Amino acid sequence: MPGQTISEKILSAKSGRHARAGDVVVCRVDGALGTDGSTPMALDYFEAMGGSGVHDPGRVAFALDHYAPAPSRHTAQLHQRMRTFAARHGILVWEVGEGIGHQLMVESGRAMPGGLVVGADSHSVTYGAVNCFATGIGSSDLAAILMCGKIWLKVPPSIRVTLSGALPRGVFAKDIALALAAELGADGAAYQAIEFAGPAAARLPFDDRLVLSNLAVEMGAKNGIFPGLIEADADARYAREVFIALHELVPRVALPHQVDRVVEIGRALGTPVQMVYLGTCTGGRASDFHQARDILKAGGGVARGVQLVVTPASRAVLETLARDGTLADFIALGAVIGAPGCGSCCGTCGAIPGDGVNVISTANRNFQGRMGNSAASIYLASPVTCAAAAVRGAIADPREIAP
Amino acid sequence: MTGRARVFGDDINTDYIITSRRKRESLDPQVLRHYLFEEINPCFAASIAPGDLIVAGRNFGCGSAMEVAVTAVVGAGIRAVVARSFARTYYRNAVNNGLLPVVCDSSGIREGDPLTVLRAPSLAVHNERSGEILAADSLPAIMWAIIDAGGLVPYFQKHGDFVDARETKE
Repeated sequence: MPGQTISEKILSAKSGRHARAGDVVVCRVDGALGTDGSTPMALDYFEAMGGSGVHDPGRVAFALDHYAPAPSRHTAQLHQRMRTFAARHGILVWEVGEGIGHQLMVESGRAMPGGLVVGADSHSVTYGAVNCFATGIGSSDLAAILMCGKIWLKVPPSIRVTLSGALPRGVFAKDIALALAAELGADGAAYQAIEFAGPAAARLPFDDRLVLSNLAVEMGAKNGIFPGLIEADADARYAREVFIALHELVPRVALPHQVDRVVEIGRALGTPVQMVYLGTCTGGRASDFHQARDILKAGGGVARGVQLVVTPASRAVLETLARDGTLADFIALGAVIGAPGCGSCCGTCGAIPGDGVNVISTANRNFQGRMGNSAASIYLASPVTCAAAAVRGAIADPREIAP
Repeated sequence: MTGRARVFGDDINTDYIITSRRKRESLDPQVLRHYLFEEINPCFAASIAPGDLIVAGRNFGCGSAMEVAVTAVVGAGIRAVVARSFARTYYRNAVNNGLLPVVCDSSGIREGDPLTVLRAPSLAVHNERSGEILAADSLPAIMWAIIDAGGLVPYFQKHGDFVDARETKE
């Protein structure tokens, strides 16, 4: 019998069966996240199911992050409903301003190595960076977890992505992820897991792992998992092998309106931008802001006519930026600082771009209308490439503005 | 199940099915059904007839996991989506709401084609215009159990928990 992938091992442990790709298993979850985007509907399902008590409230957390702060009476009432339910059942609530649920799941240790941790939001795949099987679920799934603590899952085949070499100057984790998106396509990993491997994956800083895991869903993947406590067997079977030599990469940009419409930076140079967005569960951590700040300062500040919006992924990130002077730098650079949370990423709150505006963003999605205006165009890139665009007022090569 | 094909292309994301901005003001499928696909075809919602089936290419329902992208479709009276492939969150949300996801080669289906979804002897789509029978991927027993119940809500009303899929096999 061949060995198992990391995903097969974790789902075997959580289902009590020897799980193989293609099997459908019912698993006990170790942790679950609901956001203000998905939980109100989950509470409707829970009530319709006849739910009264929550199965294991200690394993569940709610994040008020998509509407943070609430931009309307209706969304404020969604928060009220979540707070009331959570208080009655003893569920943790991450309040408005504490940050993006995914970042908080990682910061708080609720996403743990070897665990099965799910979230009612597609970017729950982010926690794969800590070696847990992490995947996005729907509101009805979350309701079932509130009912019985379990979920049905189809065990995915895995694609092994082997990273080698080291990143050259000016090239970052986002560029690796965009290279992978271009290689696999927007559905190239559909119904499958992505398992990162190789010496460069083992050396990759934790923040960079979060970026790669986070973007796995943009290739359709069920998860994007790094080795750690749980490792794959040497004779595990993979559906596909992909090799990425990091030293060969250059900065990249995803063009509107698809994440896999990726070009090397040279083919996007000079595209004018009017809004630059730094934040989200992909690019809103302290290291991202440090890198962007360094380019902005080296380049002499933000070009006239460019709105720079900064939204830290969590209050802890904001506190770090306040402590180390980065926040003051961004204020001096004229940035608009948003409350920690999802911000402008999906148009649920925060700054919305105007008609005809080109935005370059550290986010994970650039679908038409994503940021709240279908007449705007969104480009995706690393924090330094976004910062370089802010300096020039147009898409520029960050390697030419070396800090 | 018989209905008229309403054809879309590849990579139809959940924001195209129903925009996040509509979701901000209501979660009611009977409200949201009026805005289905408005980003890519503003006339679509008004043209839906009972029994219509959605047909799409690859990666239907990619992007956000938001479940209103399924409930708004169910709310419009659509009972199945036929696609070359689905984004996995859309697929599981469909199962959990009793919307049948049919994975098959949908490339030959044209707008308005009369389709019949056949369950026996195996899942397939009969295109009555072309006469073709398109073989579809089979569904595991637990997914049929949830779909046949009408979704996770009636399933949990009946069972109160997940019952072993092997016991629910027909």
